[in-house]
Amino acid sequence: MQQPVTSPSRSSGAFGDKLFEWLCRGAGLLVLAILGAIILTLLVGALPAFREFGIPFLWSTSWNPVEGRENYGAAVPVLGTIITAVLAMIIAVPAAFGVAFYLTELAPEWIRGPVGTAIELLAAIPSIIFGMWGLFVLVPIVQNYIQLPFGEILGSIPLIGFIFESNNFAGTSVFAASLVLAIMILPFIAATMRDVFMTVPPVYKESAYGLGATRWEVMRGVVIPYTRISVVGGIMLGLGRALGETMAVTFVIGNANRLATSLFDPSTTIASVVAMEFPESLMGSLKQSSLLALGFLLFVISFIVLASSRWLLRSRLK
Amino acid sequence: METLVNRRNLFALAAGVATVPLVSRPGFAQLAALTGAGASFPRPVYERWGQAAREGAGIQLNYQSIGSGGGINQISNRTVDFGASDAPLPMEQLRERSLLQFPTVMGSVVLIVNLPGVADNALKLTPEVVADLFLGRITRWNDAKIAELNRDLRLPNLPVSPAYRADASGTTFVFTTYLARVSETWKSGPGAAVSVQWPVGNGARGNEGVANAVRNTPGAIGYTENAYATVNRLITTQLRNKAGNFVSPTMASFQAAASTADWAQPGFAADMVDLNGADVWPIVTPTFILLPTNPVADRVTGSRNAMRFFDWAYKNGAEAARRLEYIPLPDAVHAQIRASWSAVKDPSGAAIWTA
Repeated sequence: MQQPVTSPSRSSGAFGDKLFEWLCRGAGLLVLAILGAIILTLLVGALPAFREFGIPFLWSTSWNPVEGRENYGAAVPVLGTIITAVLAMIIAVPAAFGVAFYLTELAPEWIRGPVGTAIELLAAIPSIIFGMWGLFVLVPIVQNYIQLPFGEILGSIPLIGFIFESNNFAGTSVFAASLVLAIMILPFIAATMRDVFMTVPPVYKESAYGLGATRWEVMRGVVIPYTRISVVGGIMLGLGRALGETMAVTFVIGNANRLATSLFDPSTTIASVVAMEFPESLMGSLKQSSLLALGFLLFVISFIVLASSRWLLRSRLK
Repeated sequence: METLVNRRNLFALAAGVATVPLVSRPGFAQLAALTGAGASFPRPVYERWGQAAREGAGIQLNYQSIGSGGGINQISNRTVDFGASDAPLPMEQLRERSLLQFPTVMGSVVLIVNLPGVADNALKLTPEVVADLFLGRITRWNDAKIAELNRDLRLPNLPVSPAYRADASGTTFVFTTYLARVSETWKSGPGAAVSVQWPVGNGARGNEGVANAVRNTPGAIGYTENAYATVNRLITTQLRNKAGNFVSPTMASFQAAASTADWAQPGFAADMVDLNGADVWPIVTPTFILLPTNPVADRVTGSRNAMRFFDWAYKNGAEAARRLEYIPLPDAVHAQIRASWSAVKDPSGAAIWTA
């Protein structure tokens, strides 16, 4: 038997191992520290606003920066953020599912590559481009081809008609913002879904087909259960982006600090208000503090979304 | 051979590095650095002056238009040589932050509309109608209140879509100050500030955003800086001034406002909104510079450069300002401003501006 000659280098390997371990541990802890520092900064900055307005800050719809009668509330931007994100998910998730299903199950081999690359490229477009495109292309389309022809007809539907009835004819609206957000997050969700659908071992699917299952049954009975966690992860990734998106939304939502009663009304989101108002807010002012408080609330919302998705998947994570 | 070239390059590089500290002493060809931050409203004119002052005054200006609020924050922290703000700071704030305030140029805000068939400066509006439009009380363009002012125009039956600045801005401050001045309802309602709670309409980002919103929406009305409206050939309106005359937004009516203004105010905070005069355009405003009155030792040069720069601009920049649709200050005001600079003192207590 030959004696291995690695003994001198083994000691340096052990040292390297330790060093590597500590570097990785440091990197891991650094993330935690940064996260903690951001939350702390936001909270400290937000304290004057929370102290001034108390809990009603959460449901007050006022946003009045006029000197002498300053009054800030979070209800409009918080609701705007949640509504646009949820609407975007409603539009984007089925579409992304369709894209992923087509690419993994239906599409001929030669089309999978180009379409897959196109989706990845779509994900790489900066959000400001989506904002400009939304403002110059999508908003006029919403204004001229969706709101004007269908707004009044839909508005006359009993009970839910008010959702479509609006006095705002500028086109920049909650609906336009949701549409832009949906297009922005679609590639993220679609790319994740496609990747995880491909990880399903072919033998599972073939067995199901062998038992006479249709494509839809294979999807529902084999592919989705097998990839559920990753699919939800992809959806959450998209939702996270939709909640925090700033530039694209601010271009098309109309930036009105009023509660939107209709899809075609302008409103605003947390990220949009902060981006618009922060540069003109004086340091230490109540306005700046309220903006930081909004930032903190956005953090809380994102946390709740992530935590609840974990909780929904808890049994399967074991 | 190749190594020789490399060595020569290396040598040249080393020589270059070595000469940099020598050149950076105040010399003939050396530009004095000046940093400023603040309002975006006067950015075009400051940039133009900055380019011209490189040769004219030997000053290299670095101006960041981060917004008036940001400018006030930065100059209060003394991270720049001067701050710029559209809205004047109250005296007690200036004292508290040890700042000197003076105006540079004036600008005006105009109303822009998108009404098919209505030509530039054809539509006549009264202050009450403007306030009602932005309050959402007039919702159609063929409303009797507008129609009786414009008997010669065919006004379409379009819904009114007001557009406003979504980002907090000096332009909004001036426009809402005007609305609060002419309308009691506006004063007790939305009020005047860099951003307010608009009762109706859509917010867009920047002058270009408002202009785009108006261009895309038939029946829209918005407000922008005059410079922006002129350069982009937007459809502006007439407005009735305090004297009861309808005036168009032209250089003549802006100049009329400039010559009517009362500059004998603390911090030169002349109020130019809704002035009384036959040909006065009612929405005009000066824009201000903030200088520390007690610059720290290593900012003394910067303060001196700031005063040198604006002195040069007052003497030579009027034409450039006019070409960009800003209104230069009267010469008498320039003299008063130079006199006020004696309040800026270096750490030893000597005035920095001596010319």
